Amino acid sequence: MSFGFKSRFMRSAAAIAVLAAVGTPVLAEEIFVVSGATGSDLQDFPAIVKPWEDKTGNKVTIVPMPSSTSDQFGQYRLWLAAGATDIDLYQTDVIWAPQLAEHFVDLSEAGKDLIAANFPSIIQSQTVNGKLVALPIFTDAPALYYRKDLLEKYGIEVPKTWDELTAAATKIQEGERAAGSADFWGYVWQGNAYEGLTCDALEWVKSFGGGQIVEADGTISINNPKAIKALETAAGWVGTISPEGVLAYGEEEARGVWQTGNAAFMRNWPYAYALGNGDDSAVKGKFEVTTLPYGAEGDASAATLGGWNIAVSKYSEHQEAAVSLAVYLAGPEAQKMRAIMETHLPTIQALYDDPEIAEKSPIIPQWKNVFLNAVPRPSAPTLGKYNEVSSKFWSAVHETLSGNGSAADNLAGLEADLTDLKGDAW
Amino acid sequence: MTVSKTAIGRESGLSLRQQRIRAAQWFLAPMLIALFCVAAYPLLKTIWFSLTDTSLNNLSGGKFIWFDNYFRMQTLSNGAVRYKGTLVDPAWWNAVWNTVRFSVVSVVCETVLGLIVALVLNAEFKGRGFVRAAILIPWAIPTIVSAKMWAWMLNDQYGILNDMALNLGLISSKIAWTANADTAMYAVLMVDIWKTTPFMALLCLAGLQMVPRDIYEAAKIDGINPVKVFFKITLPLIRPALMVAVIFRMLDALRIFDLIYVLTPNSAATKTMSVISRENLIEFDKFAYGSAQSTLLFAILAIFVSLYIWLGKVDLSGEGGK
Repeated sequence: MSFGFKSRFMRSAAAIAVLAAVGTPVLAEEIFVVSGATGSDLQDFPAIVKPWEDKTGNKVTIVPMPSSTSDQFGQYRLWLAAGATDIDLYQTDVIWAPQLAEHFVDLSEAGKDLIAANFPSIIQSQTVNGKLVALPIFTDAPALYYRKDLLEKYGIEVPKTWDELTAAATKIQEGERAAGSADFWGYVWQGNAYEGLTCDALEWVKSFGGGQIVEADGTISINNPKAIKALETAAGWVGTISPEGVLAYGEEEARGVWQTGNAAFMRNWPYAYALGNGDDSAVKGKFEVTTLPYGAEGDASAATLGGWNIAVSKYSEHQEAAVSLAVYLAGPEAQKMRAIMETHLPTIQALYDDPEIAEKSPIIPQWKNVFLNAVPRPSAPTLGKYNEVSSKFWSAVHETLSGNGSAADNLAGLEADLTDLKGDAW
Repeated sequence: MTVSKTAIGRESGLSLRQQRIRAAQWFLAPMLIALFCVAAYPLLKTIWFSLTDTSLNNLSGGKFIWFDNYFRMQTLSNGAVRYKGTLVDPAWWNAVWNTVRFSVVSVVCETVLGLIVALVLNAEFKGRGFVRAAILIPWAIPTIVSAKMWAWMLNDQYGILNDMALNLGLISSKIAWTANADTAMYAVLMVDIWKTTPFMALLCLAGLQMVPRDIYEAAKIDGINPVKVFFKITLPLIRPALMVAVIFRMLDALRIFDLIYVLTPNSAATKTMSVISRENLIEFDKFAYGSAQSTLLFAILAIFVSLYIWLGKVDLSGEGGK
């Protein structure tokens, strides 16, 4: 006990001595940022935040959370409802703004310059009743990753429709397995029952021309023949070109199969691009990305709009420093580092013309149009009920993929459930 | 004057027994207050929330709505009547069924396996102390850690279980344990039984060591075969300890949360009462609805335990036989 006190005392004494030597006028504050751990986000965070720490003399500590956005949301909601002062900044998913708005500080004043530099649609998604809930730090639109070496080997064109993808994946999988890779799979994606499946399934439905679950005006559109066709197509992959375990895969599990060289195609977010080209990757230099396939001629490819933002807790005791950090994390300097180190798509328009980014992460300028045309999940029309809508949707899809009930029956049931949930209005 | 005089007289005239009771009450008071704060208050608050329309964003702003979260009738504009509330929610009853199934299967398996392990450990052999300590390891690992560990072992592509079973020729293709609705419950049961058998073994062992050795010696002299000894002597004598062990496990199993939350959080095949009420409480904007489910969970547990104690004539006072 006395030892602990003594060492702590010595440490703070040392810290004070250092501060005095540097001549920082204010006592350093410690800011806590909470963020999910996907890819190398957490490993790179200290490097990204270093310039801000050096400039202000404050210290930033990251509190890691699981990769699943559904898991993060539950914890954050609890902390915020309890008015927890431990966390100053929250990294928030693009869909959370309407549900958590009242717990965050309005950043429209502090982030004035950033607002003008960002894409208006992204700022719009984080604005609730005129309040800017969070500043965007990167945006996301998924890609179809494909092994160009294998496509060449089997003489296959890059697939444009889902049927072409199915055929290509089947052919490569058969060939590779015959050649001795018993664990080789055609296509991996996110099939676990969680928010990620909502993203994947929304893309199938939309790219078959089946709408976007709940339309912008609040009408429930999910029960239609095109959506049924889309889910039937996807259900046909499970156990054939995709492992049955795909029904428990999130982003990182899919990347695990892909990055060890055991899949021909993968649906994932751009972060997997830099990691796939890392030195420890079995697919380094062997893959390319393209837009996700569509249902048939006349349909268009669809990519679910993702993205993460940084919000300042209303209950933070270091609000000034926290706002300053939020502005830094959402600023061009940090976004550029993120684009280069993690292939996260910037939300600042000018960065898409940045030559250094274009050279080191060629996917980024290519991806500008993809994310500009990305489909938002129905979080705006469904407001506080979005999580339940999403959960009901992913459950219906997961049931269909697992073979419990037909797509038609499950979507009819979903429509009834959503109508019930909607009541008179969302 | 006379009144106060009598009062003082009574005060000092307390018998020794009464004084002891009073002292005991004073000593018990802090614990009772603490128990009220950490057990009764949250429980009463949950019951209160379940009767309101509180949301997590505004905990003090709920309106009292009686039993609408449990059951209510809704007349639609076209005249049709609809029933709503937890008591008619198929998702809730699915969770109740999952929980009951899980509890019964896991507790039966754990009791049988635990008893077998305890019988082995009760025998005299070299290194018994070490084995007794080693067998407790699964119980000592925090559930979240062991659940994560098992999640990797059960992984369809890199999991060691699939690898071993494939090499042994037990399965022809890799099984997606946690993803497949048919195997998800088995996966959860397997991990729970692995984890909790040591606990049951320990409680059974404690019971076994209470059995007087001379009874066994008498049986041996009479030449009774070991199976009969077990059913006629051991089992009846350890029954009180076993009944208490089973009730502890049953209470634990009925409120299972952590294991399932880590292994198969959103699968309808394994969602239990605790998992579904957490989902409503926190993830969905239905705090009061989730509170109603928590209250029902409490009620189900309370009814179950009362029935068990009454039907099994379990003696929880620790004064068995006196």
